[in-house]
Amino acid sequence: MQFERLNAPHVRSTASVPRIMLQVLLALVPAAIAHVWYFGPGFLFNLIIATGFCVASESAMMAARGRPPEDALSDYSAIVTAALIAFALPSLTPWWVTAIASTFGIVVAKHLYGGIGFNVFNPAMAGYVVVLVAFPADLNLWVAPRMGDTDYTTLSLVETLTFTLTGGLPDALTYDAVSRATPLDLMKSGLNQMQTVEEIRALPTMGDFGGRGWEWIGNFLALGGIWLMIKRVIRWQIPLGVLAGLLVPATIAFMIDPGSNPGPGYHLFSGATILCAFFVATDPVSAATSTRGRIVYGIGIGFLIYAIRKWGAYADGAAFGVLLMNMAVPAIDAITRPRIVGHGGASRE
Amino acid sequence: MTEGRHLQGIATALWRDNPGLVQLLGLCPLLAVTGSFVNGLGLGIATLAVLTVSNGLVSATRRFLQKEIRIPIFVLIIASLVTCVELLFEAFFPALDRALGIFIPLIVTNCAIVARAEVFASRNPVVSSIVDGFGMGLGFLLVLVTIGLMRELVGQGTVFADMHLLFGGEPVNGLVVADAGWLIAILPPGAFFALAVAIAAKNAMDRRRSVRLRERTGLR
Repeated sequence: MQFERLNAPHVRSTASVPRIMLQVLLALVPAAIAHVWYFGPGFLFNLIIATGFCVASESAMMAARGRPPEDALSDYSAIVTAALIAFALPSLTPWWVTAIASTFGIVVAKHLYGGIGFNVFNPAMAGYVVVLVAFPADLNLWVAPRMGDTDYTTLSLVETLTFTLTGGLPDALTYDAVSRATPLDLMKSGLNQMQTVEEIRALPTMGDFGGRGWEWIGNFLALGGIWLMIKRVIRWQIPLGVLAGLLVPATIAFMIDPGSNPGPGYHLFSGATILCAFFVATDPVSAATSTRGRIVYGIGIGFLIYAIRKWGAYADGAAFGVLLMNMAVPAIDAITRPRIVGHGGASRE
Repeated sequence: MTEGRHLQGIATALWRDNPGLVQLLGLCPLLAVTGSFVNGLGLGIATLAVLTVSNGLVSATRRFLQKEIRIPIFVLIIASLVTCVELLFEAFFPALDRALGIFIPLIVTNCAIVARAEVFASRNPVVSSIVDGFGMGLGFLLVLVTIGLMRELVGQGTVFADMHLLFGGEPVNGLVVADAGWLIAILPPGAFFALAVAIAAKNAMDRRRSVRLRERTGLR
């Protein structure tokens, strides 16, 4: 009897780019629901606009490069980029800011470098940083979280949509009435005015650990992130590295001077810490690839987040940390290249 | 006879060997001061003046210089010229001088100038050295004003604003295209983006031209 002979590999992974991207999107769903619950429907509008512009610019760039657009669109990576941009932006964002972030991320950060697999920088963070630097005033309009202040005016669905499309608020409402400084902004400006951490933490936007609302979004993001780790879509080294790089210096500083350094729980549950650790830093294209390299890369991002929050001009540093470490990835990968079995390493004389 | 050669040298300096876009020399001032058209024009004029005269002086003294210490001598010549230009700017364009700040004295270290002294002026007669310095300076100036124009337009939505810094008279707003711009274009990252776009545009034009030329001549 003749058996069919096959060459290795005999066991194939079921992982593919579209499958991984769909799993990432699924992992973001609980946090997206929490985002809408706390900060209103603006998130959904941002998501729709970002998806539209990401998909459109991805098709346009593929066409310009003479390739069939469906090759790039069928892997859903543009939609993941759009989702990350929507999470990074405040829920009240004029549509053109979202559009510029999405277009820049896809056109410049992704396709000018050669498309998926070749992009040096994380496209979502590159797009976000461009609008953050270009339009600082438009990215400060975080609405106050539900159950936050008592004097806070909620915008209806139509009013939110009007703002997104025109940048205008209903008559008799000012920006101050609907928006609040983010917890990280409050902390930074409060500390600059010589307030203690305890005084700042007593403000109504603050929650049990971080910002009210933000900390619950963080919980759901962590839930999705841990599911991705169990599914082996992301490796544990990068999230753990990011959290360690941020929380170890934060804990040390907190133990030395708790009056002027918020504790590690605050850093963990504020801003983009958890989003960055589980969903942004773990981007398989722009992150380091060796096991040790991933740890170094994660710790670097975490420490940069801490450094920017503590000493920088911006309130949060997750996007900058990721982009800066993206630049260091070739060096990290070269230094931490694993030893090939039987080659190099300790001499056996 | 020689005039045609000079014209060709200038054309080469402006396009094929452009110091800003092809040789990528003098990038520090190029990136730092091109936040607006008028700043780029101011620094471009200063560099053009220094480069033209320094090439002439280096060429005129090239037979007396000890070969081993020629670079320090070039730097001395350039530094004295830059001092003259700086004093002239302070006297005639004080506001522009303040806007350009340290980058006027820093023309001394502009490697485009030392490069022309070393590569061209120290081996060529005076007149062609002056022509070369003028051409290179003009090429650098054109890049400065182009990038300045791009960044000013994107960054603050105007074109040719504040030209009074250079030409005197009442403060002018220039052509206002939009009320506000993208701050990032004025900030340092915008300089890198604008330079990259300018280089890419030049390469694209060159490639298109060479493709057309090949088609016309039928060469492969």
